[in-house]
This record gives sequence, C-alpha cells and structure tokens, in this order.
Amino acid sequence: MTAFGTGIAGVGALAVLAAMGLAMFRALRGPTVYDRILAVNHFGTLTVLLIAAAGFLSGRPEFLDIALVYCLISFIGTVAVLKFFEYGDLGHAGSDERPPAAGTGS
Amino acid sequence: MEYVINTVLLALLAVTAGAIVHLRNLFAAVMLVGIYSLLTAALFVILDAVDVAFTEAAVGAGISTILMLAALALTGREQTAATGPSAVGLAVVLATGAALVWGTLDMPHFGDPNAPAHVHVAPRYLEGTLTEIGIPNAVTSVLASYRGYDTLGEVFVIFTAGIGALALLGGRRES
Repeated sequence: MTAFGTGIAGVGALAVLAAMGLAMFRALRGPTVYDRILAVNHFGTLTVLLIAAAGFLSGRPEFLDIALVYCLISFIGTVAVLKFFEYGDLGHAGSDERPPAAGTGS
Repeated sequence: MEYVINTVLLALLAVTAGAIVHLRNLFAAVMLVGIYSLLTAALFVILDAVDVAFTEAAVGAGISTILMLAALALTGREQTAATGPSAVGLAVVLATGAALVWGTLDMPHFGDPNAPAHVHVAPRYLEGTLTEIGIPNAVTSVLASYRGYDTLGEVFVIFTAGIGALALLGGRRES
C-alpha cells in the first residue's frame, strides 16, 4: 500500500473514532429510546468501518470479510431490538395491522 | 496509529462502563452494553484475535442484548433506587480494589517479552503454526488446534448449561 493510501486510511480511522465519540454522546443523553437504538446501530456501522480502516492500516485488507459479518450481526441486532420495542416480546409473529403503541419514549 | 486507536477505544470503554453503572433506565443500560461489546470486539480485532472478536460480537452484542431485552419484557424498565450510599460498602469496595491492584504488582508488565507466558510454549506455537496447522492466524490455530480439547470442553460446558436451563424451564408440549 502506498504512503498516500495509508495516510487516507489513518485519517479515516481518526474520523471514525471521532464519530464514535458523537454516537456515544447520543447514546448517553438519549433523550428518547429511539435515539439510543439509533446510536447503537450507528455504533455497529462505525465498528465495521473501523475494522476496515484498521485492516488497511496494518496492510491486511482481508479483515474486510470480518467487517462484512459484523454488518450482518449489527443488522440482526437492530431488527431484534426494534421488534421487541414494537411488540413487547420477541416471539411475536408480527402482523400487518399496527398494534397499540407500546413505547412512550422514556 | 494503533496506539491512538487503542487509547480512544479504551477511553470509550471506560465511559460506557461508567454510564452503565450510573443509568437508572434499564433499556438504555442494555443498549450501552451492546456498545460496550462492539467496542471490545473492535479491540480484539486490532489485537488480531479475530475468532474471539467474532464470538464477542455474536454473543455479546447479538444474543446477550436480545436475552436482556427479553428479561426486560418480563420485568420493569426502571431500576428502583438503591437505599443510599453506604460507608461500609464503599470501604469494602476500596479495600478489595486496592488488594487486587496490589496483587497485580508482582505480575510481569503488559507485553513484557520475558513474561513466563511468552517464553514457554508460545514461541513454538508461533513458529509451527504454518507448517503444523496451516492457519496463518496464530490466535486461531491456538484456539482451534493446539488447545482444541480446551475449546471442546468449553462447548461441553455451554451445551450442558443449555440442557439444564431447558430442563428447568420445561418445554411446552403441544399436540
């Protein structure tokens, strides 16, 4: 990898770390649960990006595979959290009709 | 560069852990536990332990979050306030913490190449992993091959725990 490419990956990693700090702030302050859910989802995405940038920094871009699997885990986790929040339990089969709103946003 | 990444990740870990202890809203605490697990997984990847990072992300960020959410669905979302600060509790915690820190003073420094763990079998693992196992990642070959029986034992333990939990809860029989 060229020095320029390494520099770009380094700047990208720093930017991802800064974004992690911002997402952390949102997860801590809330105020609604949806802010927190979004912060965790965002954090998952940032982890994927950090792994990718770190892989290019250390000269082993094969870490990209791991980053892809992290994408899947993060997606499934967010779907589970949202399903829990919409229906109140995870075993619900789901329906086309909107159930009575469970969340009041604490 | 790796130094900077490690420092920022560890600082974020400390902030998350403090917030988890401090927060009264349990749903927010569960979300923060998920973030904590993702941060740990990122640290593991930077340490080259990709299998451990996979396990941490799948179990810590995935399954544990869902299990805790399911527990929250059965209980309440707010933690009842503790009965106020207790001087005895603080003293016990401080004494235990001091004893633990004092206990680590005898241990070799972090990353010390002359530590017993690094001079016993580790050099042989590092040299032999490509010719003996054929896996380029040393952590993977130690986990899955050199210490395969150890990992198999862990699987037995988890399997037994799962069977025990199923037997306690009792599966529903629907005809």
